[in-house]
Amino acid sequence: MIYREAGDFKTSYQADSQTFPIKFDRYGYYLVLFAAFLVVPFVIDDYWVNSVFLPFLIYAIAAIGLNILVGYCGQVSLGTGGFMAVGAYACYKLMTAFPDVNIFFLVIVSGAITAVVGALFGLPSLRIKGFYLAVATLAAQFFLVWLFNRVPWFYNYSASGQISAPERTVFGVPVTGAETSAWAPYMFCLVFVFLSAIVARNLTRGSVGRKWMAIRDMDIAAEIIGVDPLKAKLSAFAVSSFFVGIAGALFFGVYLGAIEVGEAFGIDKSFLVLFMVIIGGLGSIFGSFAGAAFLVLLPVLLKNTLVGGLGWPTDLAAHLELVIVGALIIVFLVAEPHGIAQLWRVTKQKLRLWPFPH
Amino acid sequence: MKLKLITATAAAIMAAAPAMAELVLPSLSYRTGPYAANGIPFADGYADYFTLLNERDGGIGGETIRMPECETGYNTEKGVECYEATRSEGDGALLYEPLSTGITYQLIPKVTADGIPMHTLGYGRTSAKNGKVFKWVFNYPANYWDGASIAITHILNENDGDISDKKIALVYHNSAYGKEPIRTLENLAEKHGYELMLLPVDHPGQEQKSQWLQIRRERPDNVIMWGWGVMNQVAIQEAVNIRYPMENFIGIWWSGSENDVKPAGKKADGYKALAFHNFGTDYPIYDDIQEYVVDAGKAAGAGDQIGTVLYNRGMYAAMLAAEAIKTAQEMAGTSKITRAQLRDGMENLEMTEEKMADLGLPNFGPEFKVTCENHGGNGYGAVSQWDAEAGEFELITDYYQSDQEVLAPLIEEDSMAYAEENDIELRCD
Repeated sequence: MIYREAGDFKTSYQADSQTFPIKFDRYGYYLVLFAAFLVVPFVIDDYWVNSVFLPFLIYAIAAIGLNILVGYCGQVSLGTGGFMAVGAYACYKLMTAFPDVNIFFLVIVSGAITAVVGALFGLPSLRIKGFYLAVATLAAQFFLVWLFNRVPWFYNYSASGQISAPERTVFGVPVTGAETSAWAPYMFCLVFVFLSAIVARNLTRGSVGRKWMAIRDMDIAAEIIGVDPLKAKLSAFAVSSFFVGIAGALFFGVYLGAIEVGEAFGIDKSFLVLFMVIIGGLGSIFGSFAGAAFLVLLPVLLKNTLVGGLGWPTDLAAHLELVIVGALIIVFLVAEPHGIAQLWRVTKQKLRLWPFPH
Repeated sequence: MKLKLITATAAAIMAAAPAMAELVLPSLSYRTGPYAANGIPFADGYADYFTLLNERDGGIGGETIRMPECETGYNTEKGVECYEATRSEGDGALLYEPLSTGITYQLIPKVTADGIPMHTLGYGRTSAKNGKVFKWVFNYPANYWDGASIAITHILNENDGDISDKKIALVYHNSAYGKEPIRTLENLAEKHGYELMLLPVDHPGQEQKSQWLQIRRERPDNVIMWGWGVMNQVAIQEAVNIRYPMENFIGIWWSGSENDVKPAGKKADGYKALAFHNFGTDYPIYDDIQEYVVDAGKAAGAGDQIGTVLYNRGMYAAMLAAEAIKTAQEMAGTSKITRAQLRDGMENLEMTEEKMADLGLPNFGPEFKVTCENHGGNGYGAVSQWDAEAGEFELITDYYQSDQEVLAPLIEEDSMAYAEENDIELRCD
């Protein structure tokens, strides 16, 4: 009853092919946008920004990026952490080399640099697939982390190998560094998430995305009908790495402010983002958000309930958190192998027929 | 069980009670993950000392201490979450002790912006010693560069002052923490003429076969280690496996606890580690801890770490914090101090032998004095050695000072670079 398209007439092709063709959905989307842009910035404090919103938004961008590669183009990648590191170090080098350029553009340039690196590491995908490609991207992960650790130029020869973000402003408001007010970094990341999601959504449903999906479903067949695998695969790697690079730049510049590469962008990060994509739903932009929310918010929520609410010892809570999150991942994947996005789709179908399912 | 239940209820009531006037000293601990073996005893020692003060003296200067604990897992993301979560607890957190160099780097700009003092006891950013630049950060009584210099001095003393033909290897945790001593060791190599060999070990450090193979091949005369957590145990085991002479193997103070040497058994006998405080339970304060904390069922964690090296260090950190608070209370003339008053207290902290003896810790640590310019103490340290028979570390040298001639310009250079990068105005003039 709720998700009915009845009475919702479309009079143009444009209206018919919009992202949210059903009115109810569309208003829901507007409502979320309204809340995110005009309500949340006025009510959040530092804790919410730094522990909940920033990681969620940044991981959502990374998950969107990886979803393009894994979910839409079918190329398994374990190099996400390494590519995030490229974004972060590119951002750091650019921030320190061009202090007068607006950070907004630097983040985008960092994404572009990561895109080039990603395409380079995507080259093996032309010859190998599946698990073998996963291993090749794993090599990228280890190589990139090693590189940023090994070559002092990347961290401007600092004694500790740490990089830390100097203060940068957008319209005179600081968004990086320590002197930020809660809403500024939030808005900055939100704008990037918003733009990334729109770009990704429109790429994936256009001709580029269809080529990716053709490659994913059967690469030989795709080649026969005229999809160039070289262009399709490399563009998927480039676009995916672009978003991952932006996520890395924001992760370093806006969220943490100081990182060391081995700890922040290790193999765990690659797996974390991959899990987000798988749990959220392969080949779905909404799934990227859902997966990021699940894996970022749940541990924080559990910690606050167990330690803050029930007063349990911190180590017990930390161990239980791993158990609960792990168990929930299994439960989710058994109940719905296609992820939270599919659950959402099924729910929508059910709601459409409700309350007369037969 | 009943007792536990009662304490749990009491703890819950205390936690739920409205914030009274109290001193909030958060503990960012890690009792899980690859560094837990070292994180647990430190966190227990830190907590037990404050419990002791609360139980025995009713807090510090009449103000009770509240210590919200937050699990970081040695992970910087969780460290940020913990900082934000504990920062405004009660009347506001007074002092941070993150026990992680990575988290320290992250928090330096944050505590500077929020105006909260941070103490990094023998870890963190070395150049924070320069109080002219780092207003809110303290790293007394000794820092990593002191450690590197003290280790080299020890090797010098063993070789009658000439190590120009020696080869020294540094096995280090490949992170901000492990990289800290490199520059100092390089500069000292120029001064003393030894050859330095760098062997990084990646987080978490369980895989060190290739590094030790290289040590076996190149036979360095001494190995210095900058390790933490599981890396220490693996390194000492590997050293035993290649029959490296243990007395030539020197760890930083973070690589010298019982957890690190015990897995290697008797063969680890003779392993050396640096220290900036003494070991064991042979101090009057342990009677009080037994009486007021352990017997009262209020010991932190499982209560099985009391008297270990890192427990003592956690307790030492808490003791220095408490002494700084006392100093601040005296200076401010009120027991209810603010963060800025605490910082002034830390800047005027002076640890003397009498003071430590009064606290029940005679001969526990070196004497030192903190000033506005010098946030790092005097850089005294000693060398300890593991006695596998007795199962304890023992100091084998007196406390001696690091080579200030080499370190001072390095600290000046690094802190000034930071000041320039971040537009910091120098103070203390």
